[in-house]
Amino acid sequence: MTDRLLSVRDLRVAFGNRVVLRDLSFEVYSGDCLAIIGPNGSGKTVLLKALQHLIPYGGEIHWSPAARVGYVPQSVAADRQLPLRVSELLTAKAQFLHLADQEMEQDSSELSLSPEFLNAGIGTLSGGQFQKVLIAFALLGRPNLLLFDEPTASLDELSEERIYELVHELQCQKGITVILVSHDLSVVYRYANRVLCLSKGKPCMGPPKEILTPQMLEEVYGAPSRFYGHIQEH
Amino acid sequence: MNKARAFRSRKEEGSISMDASHSYAVLLAAFFAIAAGLVGSVALMKRMVLASDVISHLALPGLGIAYLLKTNPLVGGGATLFLGTLLVWQLQKKTGLATDAAIGVVFAASLGIGALITPGEDLLEALFGNFQKLSLVGFLLGAAAVVLVVLFVVQMKDRLILDLFSPELAAATGVKVARLDLGFLLVFSLTVLVGLRFMGALLSSALIIIPAATARQLTSRMAQFVVVACAASLVSVAAGFVISTLILKTTTVGPTIVIVSALLFVLSLLKRK
Repeated sequence: MTDRLLSVRDLRVAFGNRVVLRDLSFEVYSGDCLAIIGPNGSGKTVLLKALQHLIPYGGEIHWSPAARVGYVPQSVAADRQLPLRVSELLTAKAQFLHLADQEMEQDSSELSLSPEFLNAGIGTLSGGQFQKVLIAFALLGRPNLLLFDEPTASLDELSEERIYELVHELQCQKGITVILVSHDLSVVYRYANRVLCLSKGKPCMGPPKEILTPQMLEEVYGAPSRFYGHIQEH
Repeated sequence: MNKARAFRSRKEEGSISMDASHSYAVLLAAFFAIAAGLVGSVALMKRMVLASDVISHLALPGLGIAYLLKTNPLVGGGATLFLGTLLVWQLQKKTGLATDAAIGVVFAASLGIGALITPGEDLLEALFGNFQKLSLVGFLLGAAAVVLVVLFVVQMKDRLILDLFSPELAAATGVKVARLDLGFLLVFSLTVLVGLRFMGALLSSALIIIPAATARQLTSRMAQFVVVACAASLVSVAAGFVISTLILKTTTVGPTIVIVSALLFVLSLLKRK
């Protein structure tokens, strides 16, 4: 029997008079790869933030005590001038969480972070390298559920492919549960076993084959054939 | 007594003979320099220079009230500093232009109110400070405050690094970011309070910010940055004291310290990392 890691009931998030999420209920089970899709402004990032209690919300968000969450944000508005090395950032998290030294070493070796990379200042990293740091940061502390918010939004295609391969490896080898926000429907189709679609209408959820239909995509994005054709190629 | 006469009288007092109570004052100034370097490094990285300035200037109305009531200026200064810290913390929790504007208004208003209520003969001292004797109790209280500041930064190092990188990721990791911000602002105010006697409300925050800015030009590693900021602050205070008391024969040491500090910053521009 698979364990339920997350249960969301009647979630509602509003900023002033603008309601971003309403009446949203879903569950996430161990081993799931849940993709969250929807047009810009549909509340995908807001949902991930609410799940981590980073913003005020109404309704219920219940995490299982067994859930250890890692978070890879879409972007980090970090000051690139900060005199901070990659290793100092990871050490700060490891020490804050009282992790054993081996955990950081293991984290670095799993992601093939070289000593030179760890010694680099965060301001000197490329977009792909920076994303790798965010993933290494999220994986520190042995999470069993990862929240990915458009992990490849600022990357070229090659780096994008590597990041998704890494996500897939984490799923297969470690059984990590993944909640993934993505605009790339081919990625959703390839990696997700369930899709949560946020749109102005009622949110819907199900397996990719049921959700990513031309009718549904037209309703959500207003341009079904282009996306669907792309998906069918995989 | 007008301001010019007040300043002249301090120049005459400048030829002071050092005794134990002066030694306490010098020693506390050195401790303040270290705390200022430490706190300034974090403030600069948190990009809260403007908020820091506002906090230190909020001491002025308190100093004015204390002078009017003929009570210990540090009690009045400390009280308004504390209230100002809470105010800036609340403003900081909101974002956007309105916050900047509000901080600017608070900054200008506090200076205006302070200048209006501080008796004329004390205004110069309230603004620019004055090197004066310090009791053993005063020294011990100041030293305890500095120890508290250092302990906070050392104990909270990891939380501060996570918050500097990304407040959102820090919060997702479990750091109580708003509480950490308040703690840091209180520690900042405590540092300003320790330096208030000899640097004044106008200049004490300058010694927190300028040495850190100097260190930022010279270093690219966090540990070096903090050490160099403390060293630059210490050198500024030491040189400022020597120049003021031995050459200029004045007890108003704050302006000289800030000028030395600014000169070090200019020199640092010549060598960029």
